[in-house]
This record gives sequence, structure tokens and C-alpha cells, in this order.
Amino acid sequence: MIRHALRGSSLAVVACALALSACATTDTDAPPAADGSSSGGASTDRAMARGLDASTNLDPYPSTYQPLPRDNVAIVGGTVLTGTDQRIENGVVLMSDGKVEAVGPASTPVPAGYRVVDARGRFVTPGVIDVHSHLGVYPSPGVSGMSDGNEATSPNTAQVWAEHSIWPQDPGFNTARAGGVTTLQILPGSANLFGGRSVTVRNIPSITMQGMKFPGAPYGVKMACGENPSRVYGGRNQSPATGMGNVAGYRAAFIAAQDYRDKWDKWRETGEGSPPTRNLQNETLAGVLDGSILVQNHCYRADEMMVMLDIANEFGYRVTAFHHAIEAYKIAPQLAAAGVCADMWTGWWGFKMEALDAVEENAALVDAAEGGCAVIHSDDAQLTQRLNQEVAAALAAGRRAGLNISEEHAISWITSNAARSIGIGDETGALTPGLRGDVVIWSANPFSVYARADQVFIDGALTFDRFDPRYQPVSDFELGQPGFGIAAANIVPGAR
Amino acid sequence: MRRFALISLTALALSAMPALAQVTAITGGRVLTGTSVIENGTVVISGGRIVSVGTGAAPAGARVIDARGKVVTPGFVAVDSGLGLTEISSVEGSEDQSNGANTISASFDVSYGLDPWSIAIPVARLGGITRAIVVPNHPGGSGGHQHQDDSDFAGAGSGGFQTPGLFAGTASVIHLAAGTDILVQPRVAMVAPFGEAGAGVAGGARGAEFTLFKETLAEVRLYARNKAAYDRAALRDLSISRADLEALIPVADGSMPLIVTVHRAADIQQVLRLGREEGVKLILDGAEEGWLVAADIAAADVPVLLNPISNLPGDLETRAARMENAAALNAAGVVIAIKGNEGSVHRAREARYNAGNAVSHGLPFEAAIAALTVNPARIFGMAGQFGELRAGAAADVVVWSGDPLEPLSSVTAAFINGQEQSLTSRQILLRDRYRNGGRQAGGMPVAYGN
Repeated sequence: MIRHALRGSSLAVVACALALSACATTDTDAPPAADGSSSGGASTDRAMARGLDASTNLDPYPSTYQPLPRDNVAIVGGTVLTGTDQRIENGVVLMSDGKVEAVGPASTPVPAGYRVVDARGRFVTPGVIDVHSHLGVYPSPGVSGMSDGNEATSPNTAQVWAEHSIWPQDPGFNTARAGGVTTLQILPGSANLFGGRSVTVRNIPSITMQGMKFPGAPYGVKMACGENPSRVYGGRNQSPATGMGNVAGYRAAFIAAQDYRDKWDKWRETGEGSPPTRNLQNETLAGVLDGSILVQNHCYRADEMMVMLDIANEFGYRVTAFHHAIEAYKIAPQLAAAGVCADMWTGWWGFKMEALDAVEENAALVDAAEGGCAVIHSDDAQLTQRLNQEVAAALAAGRRAGLNISEEHAISWITSNAARSIGIGDETGALTPGLRGDVVIWSANPFSVYARADQVFIDGALTFDRFDPRYQPVSDFELGQPGFGIAAANIVPGAR
Repeated sequence: MRRFALISLTALALSAMPALAQVTAITGGRVLTGTSVIENGTVVISGGRIVSVGTGAAPAGARVIDARGKVVTPGFVAVDSGLGLTEISSVEGSEDQSNGANTISASFDVSYGLDPWSIAIPVARLGGITRAIVVPNHPGGSGGHQHQDDSDFAGAGSGGFQTPGLFAGTASVIHLAAGTDILVQPRVAMVAPFGEAGAGVAGGARGAEFTLFKETLAEVRLYARNKAAYDRAALRDLSISRADLEALIPVADGSMPLIVTVHRAADIQQVLRLGREEGVKLILDGAEEGWLVAADIAAADVPVLLNPISNLPGDLETRAARMENAAALNAAGVVIAIKGNEGSVHRAREARYNAGNAVSHGLPFEAAIAALTVNPARIFGMAGQFGELRAGAAADVVVWSGDPLEPLSSVTAAFINGQEQSLTSRQILLRDRYRNGGRQAGGMPVAYGN
């Protein structure tokens, strides 16, 4: 009952974010009650000072994202890969009011007044989703003063939020968009057992982080297995110094979080005694326990992933995705059975011991398991620009291994599966009527190294056009820098 | 008749005795020689070398490899690579690319650390790479960048400068054929960082490094003229070790090229000036801002090793980085070679994708192929010896299922020095062990499945 009340509160975060304009303009002097069940308790009778009761302001850094100006658009004549295993030759994609309205064959009628984009000879896919990005928190330039991705001061920093480190002027957002990336999950780094909260953003130029925040997207918590936490803290002669120290650290944190949650529940229920002191670290982990915050777990090795699944079972939460899941192929059936996505590279390996057993077929083998959720991610400002090529390499490897994988299926590894992996599958990731109008028009088959993203739409708005300098945004940082505005052989001002 | 029988016998014994007098003809493919394209071409190899490249029929009795519908190229040459020198990047002791001792800097010769049994080599081969220019990394951080999860999370700023040495050491040429000896030629070039990494060596400022460099070469020349006096301890004190002095003589006299890792356009200009003033033969490495001074680089006839996908300002030295850098330099007449990723060890195989991305950003396809094959050989003074499908060159030949720059294409056959290479790797063994869901028939663990 009490857990249900908490879950209700978490759902209210989503509701608030979805009804964005209303929440953003709410008078914060009179915060809305979270929902019936929690406001029925003692908390409303015993007002606490602002900011001390999380339930009174569930979205303290609300999204101010507004889609860019847009028309209703009809993309006609292209080869459409829907992200849901469908391939439509000479297809029609309609977007109205920023949403996908219809997807169909050439006979699909185009309503009057729609701006028609001729995609003959080109390919149309959902916008690319990079589920593992450090853009903004490890921005370019990565110089002293700009390295904000790891709060490597304690093994548990679940209290920090990646969004508070994001520098929106990172030029990497623009280059990612030129590679078709429309949505990114920005994560803290992996120095800690709990690195902090992730945030999902729309990839549009913005002065503020809030202007990019994906309305309604759930938070994640970055957890890290393996070598990184034990090396960082073991190197300081503190725990964790070993894999077993890592596991003790996760367990201790969830024990503390359960205790914290129970204290709040009791206080809300009875109103007796003093209210617990708000603790941001435990608040994040309590969100994991109630299912409102998704576990995004950096974990390379198969044996460690299976231990992490047992820990989740021990404390009653779910793991949503394993990131950098180098050895996912060794436990593909188990991951599929647990409903956990494996977020992977194709070509990265050998940079440390836990990356030794990488195979290019990882995604294909994870995908081949019944119910498997394979995702290709970047973790890198360069690779995020070419996730389509990373999928192509994975697809080719899978075919060499004898697996029959179609292009219209493989595109899901950076679209619909990626959306599922960060909890926004009902918002984007596929060309399905009603979902957000996040669309890429590629110059050629996106599994070709020569394909370029020609146009990129986010919520139905044109945000990048390879042929139109008016749609090639330049960050503040880039203005007036060396090379800025200079044309040379093959080089045009503005684009990187 | 008798000769035919003999050749057949040799063909049967191929696996046991590769590349004896065996003649192999690769026929019917689209042949990219490195400098030209031959449709429906025939490449004949024998005795470890290429015998002919043309459109004729296969010689009688030759083992014929049908490459119809396929593409035939020279094996690709990884440049700025750590193949055979680095096994697991983060495992100290398995990394023989950088040396921190200040008495062994220019004289550090990576060839003694080569491991022909490295598990990274077969993986690179599956990416079509058959040779590599392997280089020392400067301990000050000039080498391939580290994945940030590998750092101690200080961010991607400038590294520590543990050594006062200006030089990282000398590079070697290796081939990637399976076997016990991969060294082709040691000491083909000297390596030194300039820009931020080099400035750190001299005390922190760029200008100081140039002064130190000139002073060092002056000492080398003094030493070279007065070795006998040096040995009698009758020469003034010199600031570097005898081994380093000796190693730098060919740099000072212009016979050994100096690979200069440099990024910023301004630094490139100063390095070109230094080359002129000191008579040093230069190869630029990195050169992300090279396009801004492409005409200067071309006029100096200095080649460039570059990664065409470096388009972000990782630091303040690369603010003008652009995807079109390769195309612009090539258009200006600069000879370029295209690198793989992260120091071209584990991700050396991605060089072909990097080349493809250069093509999609304006580099002509033929120039991209040349940048993976014939240009590296030219840059390191070994034109005609490898990196090209022409008579007399080493028989490093790769057959591809399609366009070699495409991720959807793969290697279907590879020859190095005329020896056909196995198309497997530790990764392929792992894949095959787990391709059936990690279980094998009979309920036994996969570990029993070899």
C-alpha cells in the first residue's frame, strides 16, 4: 500500500513532465499535491520547509523543451525502415503536429498543405537514439575545467545528477545530430558503484540543459561493475578494491535505501515524530526500488552481469540495461529471459581485461535469443556520429556467423530497442503513428559507409539539413574559433 | 605434362608447405592495385611475390582463386600502430610502446618488444591489414587516446610528462603473417611530439621545445663529428645519452624521417619551419588542423598520417578539426595515409571504415585506397616493396566480398608474403563457442567443446 503510494508519486513526475507547460508555470509557492494517496497522509498537515520533502516537488529541474518550428511534412519515395522490422519501398511518411501520422506505401494519400520532401533514392529511418553518451558532461574541448562526468569522490554518488554537469554548448551535440542522433541518454562516468542519475535529452541546440530535457523520460541511475570502481577506490586504499567489495557496496547502498524509504513511508503514514532528513543519495536509490528510476548498469563480464541480476532480485528491483556488455553473448538466453537489454559496441575491445572477450557478433547473438534486446551504443563523441555504421559492422558479423538478419530488423538496435533500453519506447524509436516525429533521411542505405544523414527531424521539426546552412547549427563555443567561417577545398563554413 | 603433375602435387600440399614454388592466380575480380583499377583482373603470385597484375588468363597449373564479383586489393598498411607491441592497453607489462627512461628516448627501438603471437594481429588481419608501421608512444601522452573509462577520470586534458626526452623512439615496419617473425625493418623513422605534449617536455612552453630540439641536434652533430673525443671524455658534457646521440645521427643528417605528432595549424607551420632550418625530413602525424595550412604542407612535400574522422576539438589544439581534412589535404597535393582508431592496435581494423568516411566527405575513392596501401609504403621509403599490386612487390593480397571500405564487406581470402592466412582469431573461437546460446549438446559446459 505504501509502496503503491510511492509509485504513484513517481508516476506523477511523468504526468507533470508530459503536461509540460502546466507544470513549468505552476506557482511553486503552492506546489501541487503529488496524488491522492500520498496527500492523504500526514505530510500535508505538517508543512515542511521548501525542498525538504521530495514528494512536494517531484520535478525540481523541469524540462522547458519546446519543439522547433515545424510544418506538416510528407516524406515520399524513399525506402522506409520503420524500426519495427518493416521495410517499405517507395514509402510515404507523414508527420503532423510533430507526430508520426501515417506510414505506408506509395498509395498513401498526402493531405493538402503538407510540405513534401522527395526521398527518392534515399532511406528513411527513425531518429537514432544513443543510449550511452557523455556529451555535455565530458564535452569537447575536454580540457581542464570541462571534465564534469565523474564525481569520483566516493563509491556511491547516487545523489549527483548528470544534468547538472551538462554544458549545452558542447559542439558534439551538433556533430551527433549530423549523424542522425535525435535522442541521447547522458550518463555520469563509471568511476563509482553508483555514478549518479542519467538524463535523457532531445538533441536540439539550447542555452540550457532544461531546454533539452526529454519531457517525461524516466531518470536512470548509472551503476558500474568491474575494474573501474575497484581500481579507482582500491588505488586509494579504500573500499571497493575488489569485485567482492563492489558487490558489498551495492548491497549496503540498497539496504540503506530501503531503510530510508521505510522511514518516509512510516512518517507519511503516521505523522509521528520528526520527518526524516531528505537524503539525495537514498532518494535516487529509493526510486530504483519503486521502479521509477531505471538501472543503467555498466557491466562488461557475463559472470558479473549474472551477479547483478541476483542483487536486483535480492532487493526487489529490475535492471533495465547492461551497458558495455562485452560478454552479453555468453548469457544471451538469460538476459532475454530477464528482459534486460544489452547495450554494446561492435568494434571496441582489448582496452582492459574485462574487454578482452569482445566479439563483433555480440549484438547479433544477443538478438538471436528469443526476446533478446540488442542495442548498439557509443560512449564516445566520435562513434555517436556513426552508430549506423557500427550496426552495419555488427550486422555483417552476424551474417558471417550464419544468422539471418535483415536491415529492417537491425536498425532497431539504434532505434526501437534503444528507446526501450531507456524507457521511452512509447514516445519514440519507431515510425509508428502517434510517436514523436523523429526521423532521419539518409543519402543512401544507412548500412553503407558512404551514407550521410541528409535531413534530421525532431518532433517533426527540421533540425539539420546537410544542404542548407540555415539548418546547420553552430554552438557558441565554435564561433570565431580557428577555422571558423573559412572555406577551403571540400570544406564549407559551419559544418564539422 | 610432368611439370603439371608436380604443380598439382604442390597444390595438394598447400597447407603444409605454403608459398614454395606454388603459383596462385586470383582471377575475375575488380582489382584495385593501389594506383589503378583493373576490371576482371588477374593477379598472379609466386614465391612470396607478385608475379603479374593484368587481364590475362591464369598460368597453366596455377591454383586459381575465383574472385568474380569480388574486389582484390593490396593488403592494407596500418600506420601509427601499436600492433605487436600492446596486448591489453590497461595492463602494464603487456604494453611495450612507451618508455619513460630519460636515457633511452630516441634510442628506444620498439622492434625488440614485438610479439608475433599477439592476439590482436589476427583480428587486424580480418580487417584486411597485412602490414603495419609500428611506433613508440611518447610517455607524455602523444599516442592514441585512452578510453575515458581507462583513465583515472581526470578528463581528457594534457597528460603528465614523466620524461624529459624529446623523442619517443624509433618505428618499425612489420608484416602480419602468422609465424615466428614479423619484423620487416626496424628503425624506419624517429617519433617526436610537438604542440602541447612536446612543450611539456621542454618545461611547458612551445617555444622552449624548438630551442631544446635545435640544441639537441647541435649536440648530435657535435658528437657525430667528434666520436673519438667523446669516447676519450674529451668533449664537453652533452645533455643526452650516448645511445640517444647515436640514434639521432640519421635524423640530423636527414636520412631518417621524423614523425612529428602535431595538431594545431600554428604548430604545423612552426614544425615545417624547423624542418627547413634543420634539414630534417618530416612526416606529420595527426594534423587535424592541417587543412588550414594545406598549401604549406604540400609545398614542403611533407606527407601526413591522419585520422579522417577526428572532427571535434578534443582540446584547444584541434579546434579547426573537420571531417574534410583528408580531402582538403589530398586536393592540395599532400600524400596522406589513413589511420585506424585508438592507436591502431585493437581497432586497427577500422582503418577501412575511416577511409570510407573520408570518401563520403570528399576524398576520391582511389585516393582513399592509396592512403591505406601505396601511400604508407611511399611515405616510409618502401615504394614498390609492398602496399601495391605490381610485379615484384610482396604478395600481400586481400580478396573482399565487396567494396573493402564498406562495413558489410568482409575478407574472403588474404595472402601475406604469398602465404594464405587463416581467417580466424581468438574472437572467432569465442563466437563459435557461444553461438548456440552457451550450451552444448549433452549438457556439458562449453569449455568441453573444443
